[in-house]
Amino acid sequence: MTTPQPQAAHPAAPQSAPQAAPHAAPGYWPGTAPAGGAPGPAGYVSPIPVRKATLMDAVAAEWTKIRSVRSTVWTLSVMVAIVVGVGLLIALAVNASNSTMNGTTPLAAGFFSLMLGMICVITLGVLTISTEYGTGMIRTTLTACPDRVRVLAAKAIVFFALAFVVTLVSTVVVGMADVALLDDQTEFAAGGSEWLKTTVGTSLFVGFLGLVSLGVGTLLRHSAGAITVMLGVVLLPLVVGMFMFTESLMKVREVLFEYSIPMMLSVFYGASGNDSNASLTGWDPLWVMAIAAAVALGGAFAALLKRDA
Amino acid sequence: MIEAVGLTKRYGAKTAVHNLSFQVRPGAVTGFLGPNGSGKSTTMRMILGLDQPTSGHVTIGGHPFRSLPNAPRQVGALLDAKAVHGGRSARMHLLSLAQLGGIPARRVDEVLGVVGLQDVAKRRSKGFSLGMGQRLGIAAALLGDPQVLLFDEPVNGLDPEGILWVRNLMKQLAAEGRTVFVSSHLMSEMALTADHLIVIGRGQLMADMSVKDFISANSADFARVRTPETEPESREKLTAALVEAGGQVLAEPDGGMRVTGLPLPRISDIAHGADVRLWELSPHQASLEEAYMRMTQGAVDYRSTADQLAALAPPPPGHGYGHPGAGAPQGWAPPQGNPYPVLPGEQPNPYAQPQAAAPQPPQAAPQPPAAAPAPAPAPADLTKRDSEDAR
Repeated sequence: MTTPQPQAAHPAAPQSAPQAAPHAAPGYWPGTAPAGGAPGPAGYVSPIPVRKATLMDAVAAEWTKIRSVRSTVWTLSVMVAIVVGVGLLIALAVNASNSTMNGTTPLAAGFFSLMLGMICVITLGVLTISTEYGTGMIRTTLTACPDRVRVLAAKAIVFFALAFVVTLVSTVVVGMADVALLDDQTEFAAGGSEWLKTTVGTSLFVGFLGLVSLGVGTLLRHSAGAITVMLGVVLLPLVVGMFMFTESLMKVREVLFEYSIPMMLSVFYGASGNDSNASLTGWDPLWVMAIAAAVALGGAFAALLKRDA
Repeated sequence: MIEAVGLTKRYGAKTAVHNLSFQVRPGAVTGFLGPNGSGKSTTMRMILGLDQPTSGHVTIGGHPFRSLPNAPRQVGALLDAKAVHGGRSARMHLLSLAQLGGIPARRVDEVLGVVGLQDVAKRRSKGFSLGMGQRLGIAAALLGDPQVLLFDEPVNGLDPEGILWVRNLMKQLAAEGRTVFVSSHLMSEMALTADHLIVIGRGQLMADMSVKDFISANSADFARVRTPETEPESREKLTAALVEAGGQVLAEPDGGMRVTGLPLPRISDIAHGADVRLWELSPHQASLEEAYMRMTQGAVDYRSTADQLAALAPPPPGHGYGHPGAGAPQGWAPPQGNPYPVLPGEQPNPYAQPQAAAPQPPQAAPQPPAAAPAPAPAPADLTKRDSEDAR
């Protein structure tokens, strides 16, 4: 019932004499064109009911976009493969070596594989927006939804949720394997708080890191550039800190180490209170990363609103 | 209804669009013409709120695009057929746009049918031909069944059947009472499709009139005159006589002449009086394409020049730039620079005129540049084109 007129246009196009007829009247070249004043019809009214689009519509659209591209599916598959695969390998290796892990819970074995998998989230976070700029799709998107805040907010919501869920599933699988294989080799048993931190905590942390990537991708609008910047953000503080030997730079070095992303992630895996002189303990890294995501997205919103698409 | 008022867009020092004001009315196909780089796409982007005008404003139905309620239901646009993610299928691409605009998902299959892509809906758009890409773009524009439609170069890459289809589609959409704004380079296509024309050059409005008015205003009809090829001196004689009688003479590459300002019988009489035989004396009416070329010739940013292979050869002595003020016509000159010069007597174009008189890049070294600096860029200065081009 909502069939619009244009549908009739295609099949009838070559021989659309009846449709061309009314048109000829208002002045179709080489006859006289509508001169100056307003031409006949007072505009077109669509038979499709008009419904105001909302943020949820934008979220649905972003979900369609993200799942309908192979690179998304591949990137997330690789991430799961790395986190679960490497995590299981580490657990098996430690189990086989019969060594003991002092001062930690079995769940700590999952740290390294998640750090590798994090790279995929960074990549995907950047690609979510930068491919729109790369292909020019952003102009199509913003034509379909001129509310730019809504577009970026929908992207952030969908991407955060996706990164969170995928990371959560992966870390839970790895955590179960670690507990099953390494329980007797560690000093502490994994309690509820450790479980929560290494699954929900790390997943939120990775999700926020993905939002930082999304923000950087929006600001730079260029896939390779933004991914490079994000890898620099992850790796540089450690590398730079490593070479600060001078006594006077000790403070800077400590800060760089402590606030570097791998070290912050490792805080989630540390047994509680094992490193009393560290300033980041417990859930602190999550708040740091949440602030970083807020800053990056704030910049992204401001840039998106101000710049020409 | 699209309404632009004083629209200006500057990118740094370059002004892409300058003080553009126009209206696009519903119920008609409005063609948007201009040479490459004249600001057509920039204008379209500003209409759609993608680019922020430096000054001025543009509204659709009274609202700026970005504050339109339910924008995708009111405005549909095809800006760039390649502006899709190549890894996404046609259907998914349209579905995401439909969801974004709060449009029922079944509408996707409808528009796929309208543009004839239903069989390749599940294929990734990376493998689409340019024509299929255009169809997908048109489908996206039609998705919201909007009242205002903008198409930037919709027939690019389409086959003849596709061009015919787009032409009929545009006309039908306009006949339904919608506002249809189409940019194109293809004059012949515009002549068949558009009712009204908005022509810009170098970012400024050059014409806003019906197709018919445009042609009659911009194409002074002229007479083609040919003298016997065996007698070059008779051509000079006739040229002098015609100029004396108040006509304007322009040489054509094939040895003929274009004469304006004199009726055909008068030309014949003058030739008879000068004792010059004529091989041809025929009336000529300009097409939309010629009218367009005449109008925009001063506003073309990218103009090809002749291959300058000859520049490597030593230039023959005794040639130079034209002699401003040189009086009498000296024979005939090849109009290399500009096949559609503005002839005096036609409607003076305030924008094109000064540029028409500007020096143009040399076409080939042994020959002087097509148009030398004129004494003053007055509307009548082009009468001297003959002499300036003299060898």
